[in-house]
Amino acid sequence: MSVADATLSETQLAAFREQLAAEPIEYDGLAADYDAAEDTYSIETPDHQTSLGAAELSTVAGEQAAYISNWYFYTQQVTTERKHAFCRWLELADDRSVPARYDDLESGIDREWGELTITTTLAADGDRRYEIRHVNDSDADGDALTMHTDPFDARDIGTRDADGRYRPLRTAPSLDSGWIFPKLTAAEVYEAVEAFYPATIVNWHREQRGDLDIDHWRDEQDRQSGIYNLITVLPDEAVEWAAAACCDDSQCLKRREWQLSEDEPLAAEGGDCVFPCREPCSMVVAAGREWAKLEREDTQTYEFELTPSEKEQIEAIIDAVADGTVDDIREADLSEGANRYRARYLREKRFDDDGNLSGTPTHPDGHDDDSK
Amino acid sequence: MQSLVIVAHGSHLNPDSATPTHTHADTIRATGAFDEVRTGFWKEQPSLREVLRTTHGDEIYVVPLFISEGYFTERVIPRELRLEGWEPELWNSDGISADTATLVASDIDKEVHYCGPVGTHEAMTDVLVRRAESVTGDPEVGNGFGFAVVGHGTERNENSAKAIEYHTERLRDIGRFDEVKALFMDEEPEVDDVTHHFDSEDIIVVPLFIADGFHTQEDIPEDMGLTEDYRNGYDVPATVDGHRIWYGGAVGTEELTADVVLERAADAGADIGDAIARVRQRTNPATQVAGE
Ligand code: SF4
Repeated sequence: MSVADATLSETQLAAFREQLAAEPIEYDGLAADYDAAEDTYSIETPDHQTSLGAAELSTVAGEQAAYISNWYFYTQQVTTERKHAFCRWLELADDRSVPARYDDLESGIDREWGELTITTTLAADGDRRYEIRHVNDSDADGDALTMHTDPFDARDIGTRDADGRYRPLRTAPSLDSGWIFPKLTAAEVYEAVEAFYPATIVNWHREQRGDLDIDHWRDEQDRQSGIYNLITVLPDEAVEWAAAACCDDSQCLKRREWQLSEDEPLAAEGGDCVFPCREPCSMVVAAGREWAKLEREDTQTYEFELTPSEKEQIEAIIDAVADGTVDDIREADLSEGANRYRARYLREKRFDDDGNLSGTPTHPDGHDDDSK
Repeated sequence: MQSLVIVAHGSHLNPDSATPTHTHADTIRATGAFDEVRTGFWKEQPSLREVLRTTHGDEIYVVPLFISEGYFTERVIPRELRLEGWEPELWNSDGISADTATLVASDIDKEVHYCGPVGTHEAMTDVLVRRAESVTGDPEVGNGFGFAVVGHGTERNENSAKAIEYHTERLRDIGRFDEVKALFMDEEPEVDDVTHHFDSEDIIVVPLFIADGFHTQEDIPEDMGLTEDYRNGYDVPATVDGHRIWYGGAVGTEELTADVVLERAADAGADIGDAIARVRQRTNPATQVAGE
């Protein structure tokens, strides 16, 4: 539907009249007023100004109708401030005038939220329709994707990755693809996004309004009690490593805004996703607790015999595990250090019967490993 | 506008941990009794820290999907929700009688009604009965059957055993089952010896747990001798020492648990119309309408 074809339904006109009977309207480029004495309506949009008798109101069409249906959608149908802000962001409302937007909405306006592509289009009456699919399916034929209508299905889609493994962190960049929500209302698109990426809209909105409350690592340490108080002894530089290990965009899409403390920023990349992370999540806190335990150990000097290629191979294996690329290494690709045959060969050659690298015991003085 | 917030433990490792929370939220959502139903988790997203800010309502009811009063309901949840001025005494509970307390949550600067856990509500007894019916496939089950309610024990939380004893007592009072006993995982009387504790040939065993996991799917079936190795599964009923054991798994997965969540919110003042009756009917296999 283009701006020129815009018309108004009886429901929209009734709401418009009712609102003007109470007070004038000013919304998004529309200014309207009702003069009770003359029984006339004055409607002003950036390029047009009209004055209509009550009987003529239903003839409003084109650009002015577009402005009124836009007012109707955003004030009568999307009623909470947060949903309002989100829907406006989805159609780039702050950057474009109503007519320009209505023209763009004809073919659809795409925005990305994490791994979601959300497309807003217009229904005939100016109501919005939303489609959600995985960013990797942007060019896919909609019919080839599994169709969903219930926004809460998003919860199940987000529970496991493409390999069927559990995703404890819903904001990890491992959302499975192959599905589509072809036609959601404003209320439904909000719920679906909330189910895919819980609490991201509200925190984004708080940030937009300039009142995102950030709890830094030290705040978290202060709050922890019980078995988690271990994290209070995690060295500062380990927090840096933990943030780089866990919060990088390759692991979690949220844009990390928390630091060591307000005046002690972390050097690790926070990411550039649209939605922020306002405090260390339970995964990072649980990992921090584990690292706090491990960091209590003192370093020790070991002597290992390795060829230069073997040293590099160990580094390649660590990289492959850390980057999650182990499964990408082909069975017969012996040039890869993390290739399974290469790893098995190294183990045969360099481990003794007790699994010690180069036959070097972990505790040369014979005492037990007290970290276990 | 009324909001219901169900808070639960969740897990980093087990995707089934949150399943009952989501299922019950869906059941309640379908009744339309609340304008919105939100879920929050200790270990999953949205976190307990952020769940309140996802709500839109002005009357907010928080119901912990936990079995007993203790560390989580008294310390972790109120702290994470930032309930100003919270202290366990506000519940005025003897360990199983927490009902509700109304406090301002500083995260949203609004009052919320913080309810007692589902596990200690009297309606949970009905859920145990419903599980007995569903595991035996007999809506009249009772005569000739023993019923074991299984809990952790007091090791980690004294109140957890109180909740088990409470429902055991209530089941006994109903008089529907020949024998009702409380059994525990880490103390006497132990679930391992379940057959020693009953004369009845048929024994229904239901753990008073919220979600299925390691304890209910691995430990208890192996401890009772239903199977050598949980990975091979077990029969329902399984025969052990000449008794037929009808093992029901975690009671919290029973759909009727949604009713207890509603009861908690209603006790705290939520206006839920006839939602309780509808949930009872909807989740009852005997009255379920085809296609529902
Ligand atoms: S703390 Fe890091 S890993 Fe956790 S949600 Fe925030 S950015 Fe993601």
